[in-house]
Amino acid sequence: MENIKKLTSKRLFMPLFCLAVMLIAAVIASPDFFKIGIQNGVLYGRIIDVVNRGSEVVILAVGMTLVVSASAGTDISVGAVMAVVAAVACAFTAGGQQSVNEYIRNPFLGALLAVLVGILCGCFNGFLVARLKIQPMVATLILFTAGRGIAQLLTNGQITYVRVESYKMLGSSIPGVPVPTSIFVTVLMVVLTMLLLKKTAMGMYIEAVGINSRAARLVGLKSTMIIFLVYAFSGFCASIAGLINSSRIYSADANNIGLNLELDAILAVALGGNSLAGGKFSLLGSVIGAYTIQTLTTTLYAGSVSSDQIPVYKAIVVVIIVSLQSPELGKLVRRLKAKFSARAGKGAVS
Amino acid sequence: MKKERRKLDGNSFLLVITIVLFLVMYAAGCILFKTQGFAKTQNFLNLFISNAGLIVIAVGMTIVMITGGIDISVGSVVAMVCMILAWTMEMAGWGAIWSTVFVLAIGLVFGFVQGWLVAYLKIQPFIVTLAGMFFARGMTAVISKEMISIKNEMFLSWAQCKIYLPFGGYINKKGMLIKPYIYPSVIIAILVLIAVFLVLKYTKFGRSIYAIGGNEQSALMMGLNVKRTKLKAYMLEGFLASLGGFLFCLNTCSGFVEQAKGLEMDAIASSVIGGTLLTGGVGNVIGSLFGVLIKGTIEAFITFQGTLSSWWTRITIAAMLCFFIVLQSIFAAAKEKNKK
Amino acid sequence: MEQDVVLTMRDISKNFPGVKALQNVDFTLRKGEIHALMGENGAGKSTLIKVLTGVEEFESGEIRIEGTDTAIINRSPQEAQANGISTVYQEVNLCPNLSVAENLYIGREPKRAGMIDWRTMKKRSRELLEGLDIHIDVSVAVENYSIAIQQMLAIARAVDMSAKVLILDEPTSSLDDGEVEKLFGLMRKLRDQGVGIIFVTHFLEQVYAVCDRITVLRNGALVGEYKVEELPRVQLVAKMMGKDFDDLAAIKKEGSEKRIKGEVAISAKKLGHKGTIRPFDLDIHKGEVIGLTGLLGSGRSELARSIYGADKPDMGELFVKGKKLLVGAPLDAMMAGMAYLPENRKEEGIISDLSVRENIIIALQAKRGLFHLLSRKEQEEFTDKYIDVLQIKTADRETPIRQLSGGNQQKVILGRWLLTNPDFLILDEPTRGIDIGTKTEIQKLVLQLAEQGMAVMFISSEIEEMIRTCSRMAVLRDGAKVGELEESELHQNSIMKAIAGGGN
Repeated sequence: MENIKKLTSKRLFMPLFCLAVMLIAAVIASPDFFKIGIQNGVLYGRIIDVVNRGSEVVILAVGMTLVVSASAGTDISVGAVMAVVAAVACAFTAGGQQSVNEYIRNPFLGALLAVLVGILCGCFNGFLVARLKIQPMVATLILFTAGRGIAQLLTNGQITYVRVESYKMLGSSIPGVPVPTSIFVTVLMVVLTMLLLKKTAMGMYIEAVGINSRAARLVGLKSTMIIFLVYAFSGFCASIAGLINSSRIYSADANNIGLNLELDAILAVALGGNSLAGGKFSLLGSVIGAYTIQTLTTTLYAGSVSSDQIPVYKAIVVVIIVSLQSPELGKLVRRLKAKFSARAGKGAVS
Repeated sequence: MKKERRKLDGNSFLLVITIVLFLVMYAAGCILFKTQGFAKTQNFLNLFISNAGLIVIAVGMTIVMITGGIDISVGSVVAMVCMILAWTMEMAGWGAIWSTVFVLAIGLVFGFVQGWLVAYLKIQPFIVTLAGMFFARGMTAVISKEMISIKNEMFLSWAQCKIYLPFGGYINKKGMLIKPYIYPSVIIAILVLIAVFLVLKYTKFGRSIYAIGGNEQSALMMGLNVKRTKLKAYMLEGFLASLGGFLFCLNTCSGFVEQAKGLEMDAIASSVIGGTLLTGGVGNVIGSLFGVLIKGTIEAFITFQGTLSSWWTRITIAAMLCFFIVLQSIFAAAKEKNKK
Repeated sequence: MEQDVVLTMRDISKNFPGVKALQNVDFTLRKGEIHALMGENGAGKSTLIKVLTGVEEFESGEIRIEGTDTAIINRSPQEAQANGISTVYQEVNLCPNLSVAENLYIGREPKRAGMIDWRTMKKRSRELLEGLDIHIDVSVAVENYSIAIQQMLAIARAVDMSAKVLILDEPTSSLDDGEVEKLFGLMRKLRDQGVGIIFVTHFLEQVYAVCDRITVLRNGALVGEYKVEELPRVQLVAKMMGKDFDDLAAIKKEGSEKRIKGEVAISAKKLGHKGTIRPFDLDIHKGEVIGLTGLLGSGRSELARSIYGADKPDMGELFVKGKKLLVGAPLDAMMAGMAYLPENRKEEGIISDLSVRENIIIALQAKRGLFHLLSRKEQEEFTDKYIDVLQIKTADRETPIRQLSGGNQQKVILGRWLLTNPDFLILDEPTRGIDIGTKTEIQKLVLQLAEQGMAVMFISSEIEEMIRTCSRMAVLRDGAKVGELEESELHQNSIMKAIAGGGN
């Protein structure tokens, strides 16, 4: 009993438990879930699909975790920023044409430019939140709606295709390597971020600012700067995710790239056992949460739920998680219990 | 001190800016697009006709924003409402009246759930309504992935019922008197505006909303029922969102998944441009009306201009929202400084 | 229930995690009396009031009010109000965005045909305020008026609710003498009308000026109920402190006379912050404990904050060891060797969810910079050292600081600053709300640090404590520094006189 209690009180217990439940559900839904094969020299199978397709969510969740921790708000512009980044990358490399079969301009330069634009978007959000003290969600709402408009303008309202094999490598795989490229990128992003948080004081700074920004300021932390950086970083994560997504479909589709992914990222953070009210966080928890979400998505797809219907389920999950996180729910339950037992007691007397 | 003098404080100043901005923009339009008939009475009325739904939704948004909350689900709720209207009438064969009553009830329930989560579980309004936004949009797709056009005769008769105004007419080249007209939706929108204006100004519920936005703790201490007031505010807002969706549907006469995407931004922008503070406590539905009119004028500009993509509307609105938010932030900082 | 009793509270108990806030407290209020509720910070006064007004739930006991036969339980302020209990809190509870008239009548607006009758509301407000000698425009938003006026409005509102029980929770802390006198006049008038008034205050003079009876609490328990004329001041203080005066005087520093002024560590020249502290000059020497004294809101905290850069000063100059220092943010002050323990521990001191370890090392880490992370071993060594030196009671160093008691939290924050090895330490109310034992420890520590050559600035509301620890004092009044007292002048009377100011 004692051991079980110890186990459940561990920080990563709940996220792992959720993932396990989700995986079991996935196996029930499709028994060959864990089957892995090789197709065209690349690993293939449901589970590989989850890990591969989950890359964008994991990367976004990494940035989102820090945003939530430091500012007690969420960055809902990440999906739109992905679209902008993809538009920049494609419009640049395709030289403004609608569809190309070879690079018109240097693709590395395009990717770099795209990442810079993504960081710039993050800086814009960061400026509004950190400097002007605007509620994070209102601030990021601006790019959330305007972002896709900007992406449309960059691509002249058309889907811009870059039909070059090497452009697809980021989203699929490099010839001769059996593991999809995006998995490497994801691991790299997660590991680098963890190193950044653990080997410098950044992790502690972010938590301190998120828990009590006034106290943090008085012990010499520059809260404004830290919050700004966190949003810029979220923009960076969004741009990497945007590049991967654009590479998958070797195009920039302003309407569909990163669609609804902001919800997935927020959900991943919440499922990772992190409070959306900010403060202490577990990056690993968010990563686990992200894969849980992706398993849910993949399973729902397998159950022939279409992509535009999936948000219904995810929205319900979000509401359940935040309700469970709410201290008010506990109070409410206690009050109801008290009322119930009082009534039961009265019944026994009479 | 017999005569109480009225100072123009920062908040009224924002409202004045908004009204002046609208007048200037409209005047500019009249001059720039004179030949295309921008200055016609009908064109002015079209601002109301095409934005009747948005006016109602912006009014609802203003209510929750005054409490210090926000609702980003309205765009999706509009899509869901349109889809339910279309589906019930076309697929299930309901009457127009029953469909309408049904969607209004759904709006009320939707508002109740969101309001309960915000008020009683104290979850951030943004998270709750973000979930609401995805839920409603997803539900729209669950009902039907294909677009459904409404052919119900009664509904179409509501949509096409022109009400001619007794003034502002002119004689066209053929010598016919062209009278300007509006649709019933405009009248509903104006009535809602007036009703909510009165509720906010003259009822305990209305004043409680302001009190909560000003200082929730104080409102509680003064004996106001904060939770119930918030719940009611969100319910009213949910109802207005569905009513707005109904008016929206009168314009489009169809339901489809992508409908009214980004409408939440228009509503929030209208409210903010109209002087509602994001921090709550201050706001006015008249201001929100002008916010909507400004948005409509921008749209008209882009239509009359002809070559610009419609995406520019969204970007311009976002830029204006940004501008007004910055303005608010500056005013707030100045106020803080003055106090000390 | 006795004939003239309007409110009784019996056996009230309430626990917060780790703290017994109230233990079997009794309280009785009679009609037409002003009853002082006294106790040190943390004695349980606020909790008792909150329980009575329904802000907090109590766990056992009962509350009875005149007019009802059964015990009442207030679950919310409005239930309390319905039962005839109105409160005016220390922090003004008004809605800043609403007009004066609305703040007076919200929740009970006069109506005509179902609609709020604004004209009547304004008329009544005007009459109500004129009756209290408050002459202001009732249609202007409350945020445009001073805190004093806002406080009076809150009282006016409560008075107008025709309450049986009126609770005034430190209402006078932001009022000037004239305003206090006006308030007392009003309180007496209400008493004569039969209202029972509970008056919570820190100011002893005010208790003796206006109250009929005193109930004293200490550490969440009832000490006793007394008639004012039967309880001399010294006795009252002794009951509040739970000690005899002789005990308290005992730690008066030995050999303090030997202290000579060291070189100047900090020098402020015409430093000021618009609206909070008028420009002041102040020299602080090595090895001295300089006290800042003055009433609440006199600018004593603000003076300290402007030196540390917690509120960035907007005029004047600051010199540290003779070198001019531009303070843009607290970090600049820290780099120059300053440390600041803020008045408000919960909101500006502790970082609640972080561990004791992280709370201790964070200031030093901030000084070292983002990329020079203290190794885990160093962090643990430092933490253990200060847990040991300051005798911090914690389960282990990884315990979140919020689980510690107030006194231990304060020690952690003290440890945080001592770790940065400051030359100049600012302590703003370091002993507020913590137990007597810890209090004495902190006082001793301050004297020790000064002996080792640190310059210390000490702020406290308790004059005895100030006399015991400080070697010099700066006196503040109404947001300005009005004078300095040398060691030889540090007596209660002279300090009181300096604080009160004026010709008398």
